[in-house]
Amino acid sequence: MKENILIIGGGIAGLEAAAMLLRLGHSPIIIEKSDRLGGHVASWHKLFPDMTPAKDVVDRLTAEASGANIFLNTEISFVNKLTDSYNIMLSNGISIITKVILVTMGFSLFDAAKKEEYGYGVYDHVVTNRDLEQWFNGKDDPRIDNSAMNAVGFVHCVGSRDEKAKNSQCSKVCCITAVKQAIEVKQKFPDASVYCFYMDLRMFGKKFEDFYISAQRDYGIRFIRGRVSEVSENIEGRVVVKAEDTLSGKPLKVTLDLLVLMAGMVCGDSCTKVAGMIPLPVDSDGFLKSKDNIFDVMESPKEGIFYAGACTGPKTVPETLAEARAAALDIHLYINGLE
Amino acid sequence: MDFGFKISPSSAINLDKIDLTMFEKLHEMEPDVYKCIACGSCSATCPAARYSGMSMRKVILDLQRGREKEVFSMMKNCMLCGKCTMVCPRGINTRHLILSISKLYCETK
Ligand SMILES: Cc1cc2nc3c(=O)[nH]c(=O)nc-3n(C[C@H](O)[C@H](O)[C@H](O)COP(=O)(O)OP(=O)(O)OC[C@H]3O[C@@H](n4cnc5c(N)ncnc54)[C@H](O)[C@@H]3O)c2cc1C
Ligand code: SF4
Ligand code: SF4
Ligand code: SF4
Repeated sequence: MKENILIIGGGIAGLEAAAMLLRLGHSPIIIEKSDRLGGHVASWHKLFPDMTPAKDVVDRLTAEASGANIFLNTEISFVNKLTDSYNIMLSNGISIITKVILVTMGFSLFDAAKKEEYGYGVYDHVVTNRDLEQWFNGKDDPRIDNSAMNAVGFVHCVGSRDEKAKNSQCSKVCCITAVKQAIEVKQKFPDASVYCFYMDLRMFGKKFEDFYISAQRDYGIRFIRGRVSEVSENIEGRVVVKAEDTLSGKPLKVTLDLLVLMAGMVCGDSCTKVAGMIPLPVDSDGFLKSKDNIFDVMESPKEGIFYAGACTGPKTVPETLAEARAAALDIHLYINGLE
Repeated sequence: MDFGFKISPSSAINLDKIDLTMFEKLHEMEPDVYKCIACGSCSATCPAARYSGMSMRKVILDLQRGREKEVFSMMKNCMLCGKCTMVCPRGINTRHLILSISKLYCETK
């Protein structure tokens, strides 16, 4: 009998793993709680570092995974542990018996409204990185002026590296995302002053530093070292930002037409909820805990349950895809071992 | 009356009020000036720094913060030895930059 493989989460990790499992001769099932595939990447515009259209990536992955059995708008209602397998009840009434589960439930964006000092949801011209991506994708946003902007600021580390926000981790992708978005804003409004307020710039990935140099040299993006401490609104409704310019050791102030908060990546509520049903442990950083953080990142401590993508911590698209392929191979070998 | 202290003028930087016209002119002559990452290698290696407070890093920053007076008083101490250029990781020709700053800002003064 062919083993069932249940993939929970139809983001890029789930899609890529399904595509790989199909090629290895398996027939995976994907369940996705929202009404579309692709996860977060389906909301993004262009991907660093080569400005690849995010839509092309999602379209390609969706096509490659189309042979899988896919349930949209579906969640897990409950999980029963049987002797050597799991009985999983879905919200659509279907139940699945499986020995192999791949968890690809991804991350959630930190809720920027929790950082009250930044005024998200309160001031007229404060948005998040996600709002800006959707605006780039053509969705109108009353907070963003389509016709003209003179000054735009990006706040790094919103809800990351912040023990008060209960997330001491670095979200890894938001420095480079800020650089990418700053470039895109500058391309639309070449005369605008564009500022990034950072503590450190973490340009760890392939060509990230080149991207940063280009932001400086070719686009004149101005990087100011200092965490934004306070945001207010002036009488014209523009945003006033205060930070310390830590390089000159002086307080600094600037008035902006738009402030973009680089909200970080955290483990989502629906992810921890499902993890609690199986149950799977949570690591000290709040993301799902692997069997081992060096050798077995894609394995959970539970036999037959695997991970891929941002459910174990912040990851870029290529890192997520590489994990998804590796997890698919792990699963293939695991199933061969069962027979 | 002397209370033993006095209030000094605000040293806060207001980016709305800083006129960057000159800096933009400098940028046209020296496109690489945008590439500085404020690493401080130049200042650490500068033989004049120890005695005079010359810092290429601060020169580049102060120009963008509208603090030109500070720039001139620092630059007076530069001996144009070029050591800073040898260590800059962003490949900025800082020595040439110093000459361009002198040329541009002094000509218009
Ligand atoms: C603002 C921003 C911009 C970014 N830009 C880039 C970029 O340009 N280049 C790049 O390389 N990376 C970028 N990233 C990172 C990229 O978004 C992630 O690498 C990627 O989304 C991880 O994919 P994933 O499939 O692991 O998770 P997700 O994208 O989060 O997908 C998880 C999926 O699982 C579903 N799900 C969750 N819980 C359940 C459940 N209980 N039941 C069923 N389904 C569930 C979700 O609905 C979702 O569809 C960016 C990140 C941010 C925050
Ligand atoms: S990647 Fe950059 S912006 Fe994001 S949390 Fe880390 S340091 Fe902050
Ligand atoms: S050229 Fe001037 S600034 Fe550079 S190291 Fe020599 S003295 Fe210092
Ligand atoms: S060495 Fe170069 S990059 Fe570093 S502070 Fe000096 S000029 Fe800037």
